[in-house]
Amino acid sequence: MRNKKNAPMTGARILIETLIEQGVTDVFGYPGGQVVDIYDELYHRRDALRHILTAHEQGAAHAADGYARATGKVGVVIATSGPGATNLVTGIATAMIDSVPLVAITGNVSTDQIGKDSFQEINIYGITMPITKHNYFVTDIRTLADTIREAFRIAKSGRPGPVLIDIPKDIQTALCDWAPQPVVSPYPLPAVPEEQIAAAAALINAAKRPFIYVGGGAAAREMAPQILALADKIDAVIGCTFMGLSAIPHKHKRFLGMQGMHGNYASTMANKAADLVIGVGVRFSDRATGRPDAYAKNAKIIQLDADLSEINKNVRVDLGLIGDITATFSAITALCEEKRHPTWQKEIRALQQEAQRIAEAAEPADARLTPKRIFEVVNALKNDRTLIATDVGQHQMWTAQYIDLECDRRFLSSGGLGTMGYGLGAAIGAHIGDKNRVILVTGDGSFGMNLNELATAVTYRIPVTILLLNNGVLGMVRQMQTLMFDKRHYATEPARQTDYVKVAEGFGAKATRIRTKQELETAISEAMQYDGPYLIEIPIDKEELVLPMLPPGGAIDDIITQKEDLL
Amino acid sequence: MRSVIAVYVENKYGVLTRVAGLFMRKGFNIDSLTVGETEDPNYSRMTITLNGDNYEEDQLVNQLKKLHNIKQVKLLQPGSNMERELLLLKVRNTPEIRSEVMAAADVYRGKIIDYSTDAMTIEVTGEPFKIQAFIDVMKPLGIVEMCRTGIVALERGADALQWGK
Repeated sequence: MRNKKNAPMTGARILIETLIEQGVTDVFGYPGGQVVDIYDELYHRRDALRHILTAHEQGAAHAADGYARATGKVGVVIATSGPGATNLVTGIATAMIDSVPLVAITGNVSTDQIGKDSFQEINIYGITMPITKHNYFVTDIRTLADTIREAFRIAKSGRPGPVLIDIPKDIQTALCDWAPQPVVSPYPLPAVPEEQIAAAAALINAAKRPFIYVGGGAAAREMAPQILALADKIDAVIGCTFMGLSAIPHKHKRFLGMQGMHGNYASTMANKAADLVIGVGVRFSDRATGRPDAYAKNAKIIQLDADLSEINKNVRVDLGLIGDITATFSAITALCEEKRHPTWQKEIRALQQEAQRIAEAAEPADARLTPKRIFEVVNALKNDRTLIATDVGQHQMWTAQYIDLECDRRFLSSGGLGTMGYGLGAAIGAHIGDKNRVILVTGDGSFGMNLNELATAVTYRIPVTILLLNNGVLGMVRQMQTLMFDKRHYATEPARQTDYVKVAEGFGAKATRIRTKQELETAISEAMQYDGPYLIEIPIDKEELVLPMLPPGGAIDDIITQKEDLL
Repeated sequence: MRSVIAVYVENKYGVLTRVAGLFMRKGFNIDSLTVGETEDPNYSRMTITLNGDNYEEDQLVNQLKKLHNIKQVKLLQPGSNMERELLLLKVRNTPEIRSEVMAAADVYRGKIIDYSTDAMTIEVTGEPFKIQAFIDVMKPLGIVEMCRTGIVALERGADALQWGK
C-alpha cells in the first residue's frame, strides 16, 4: 500500500510529502498520541526529512525559530494536541512579533471528538489566532496539501511570520490522492509608485544630517550592500534597532550601533540630531523611540516596509513606502545625488568620542570581569561566521551593546516579545540549519527557564558555547527596582544554590567556572574547539547596570549615561 | 468621528472570530458589525462602523487588510453610500399608549409585526439616525425590549466591492 504508485495517501503521509516537496529538510518536534501517525511517516522518510527531538515543545518552537533566523528558510515544528500544542504558544508568539517565518503543525483529536473535552483536546486554532500570521484547522483531507502549501507561502510572504496548521487525527488517517507541486513563491508586493520614490530621493537630496535606521526587515533581507551603498553616496551614518543588529557589519565606519532605550550613546544622539531618518524595515518600537511624540522631532522621516499597518502606527512619518524594501531602497539610491556633510560627520565623531569616554569612565579600576571586558574576549575569539544567540535580560542588552557582529543573520534574540528561555533552543536550531558554531550569552534567570534543552544539545552534539553571566539575581528587573523603586529588591534575588557546572555535567555537557579574564580566554578557546555544548559560568557583580538607559516613557533627552546620575 | 468600512471576506471557518479578535487586541472601539452572505456563497460581506479618529480608522483598515481571509477592505465615503439598519422594538399594548405607538410607527414607516393583547412589536428600517429618532420617541412610552441589526451599507452607483470576478 505505502509504495504503490498513484495510490491514495494518508493525511499524515501527504503532510510529510508536502513538507519535503516544499524543500523542508529539518523539523523540530516532540511526539504524542495525536501525531503518532505523522511520526510513523517521518520514520519512513527519515532519509529526506530529519527530525530533531527536543526536551520540551517550547524548545522545539524556539529551535525552529532559530533555524529560520539563521538560514532565512521557513522553520518547521511539530507537536501533539493539548499540552504539546499549548507549549508552542510562547515560541509562536516570539516568532510572530519578530517576524520569523515558521510553520507549526499540531495534531488534534478526531473531528468527531472535537468540542467534547476529549483527552488532550485543546482549541489551539483559537488560542493561536492572535499570535499567528494565519492559522488553519483542517477538516477536509482534500484541502490538506494545498493548506500546507499556502501556509508556507504566507509564512514567507511580505513581512514573514508564523502559521499554524491543526490537523485532527482522522484527517491524518483519511486517504486522498496527492501529486507533487513546485515550491511556493511569496505573494508579490506592490510596486512603490515612481513619484514616491522621487519624493524620497528629494528628501534625501535636501538633507544635511542623514541617519539611516535599519531594523529586523533590513537584517532579514540581508540588505547590507544596498544600505552601505546609499550611506556612502549621501554621506549618511547608520544606526539600528535591536532587531537590526546583524544588518550591517558592526566594524563599518558608518555604523554607530543600536539606538534606543539601552542603545549606544552616539547612535541614540545622532538619531535625535538628524534632519532625515530613513527607516528600513523598522517599526519604531517604544523601546527604540522613547516617547514617540519626542522622537526625532527635527527630522523628516521616510519609512520603508512590507507591512502597510506599520506606517504611522507608532510614529508619524513624512513618507511611508510599502513594497519590497530592497527594490525600493535601490530605486531611491539611483535617484540620490552624491553628497558630503563634513559638519554632520564632525558632530558624529564628537558623539562617538563622548560615547567612548562614557564607556571608559564606567569601567572599574580593578581587574574584575565587567560585561564590556567579557565581550572583548568574545569578540577576539569568535569568527565572522559564529552565530550569537542570547536570552533576555541585562546580558542581552550587554550583548547588543558590545558584540561585534557580521551581517547576514548572525544574531538570534527575542527582541519584541522578550522571551526568557529563548536562547538555548534557538542556538540549537540555528546550528542545525547553519552548521556554524554558536555562542549563547545567557543569564542565570533566563537559563533556568529552559535549561532542559541542554539534553538536546548533548544528544545532537551541538557546538554551542554557553556563556552564563551569573549575578545570582534577576538583573534587569532588579535594575528597575534599584532605579525606580528605591532599591526594594523583591522577588529578584532568588538566593538559589544551583551549581550550574554540575547541572551541565549532569546533562552530559562540558562545563567550567571562571574568575578572571585569562581564565575566560582559555575556557572560550577550549569551548570553541569542542564539538558539543560547553558551559562557561562567569560570575559577575549583581550591581552591574545596563547603561545608557532611557527611563521607560522618557524621551531621548532623559538619557542616563552613568551610574552616578542614578544612585 | 464615525467611519463605515465594508469588508469582503472568504466564507471560512473562524473568519468572524479573526476579525473580532483583531478589534479586541488592537483596542478598536466598534459601534457595530454586521455580516452576511453575498451573491457568491464563498464570500461574506461585513459592514463595520467605527467610532474613532483618523489614526484608528487608518489602523483598522490596514490591520484588516493583513488578515489572510479578507479579500477587500473599503472605507465608504460619507454621502456616497447608502446605509440601512433594521429595528425590532416591543412596547406594551395598553389603551394609554396604543394610538401614539401606531401613529409613530406610521410616521416612521414602520410595520407592526406582532399585535397581541399585552404587547406590540414594530419593525422599522432606515438610516441609523432615523432608527435612533424612533427609539427616542418610544422611550417615554416604555420599551419592553428592542433589537438593532447594526448598519449594512453599499456604495451608490455601479461601483462594487468584489473579489475574483
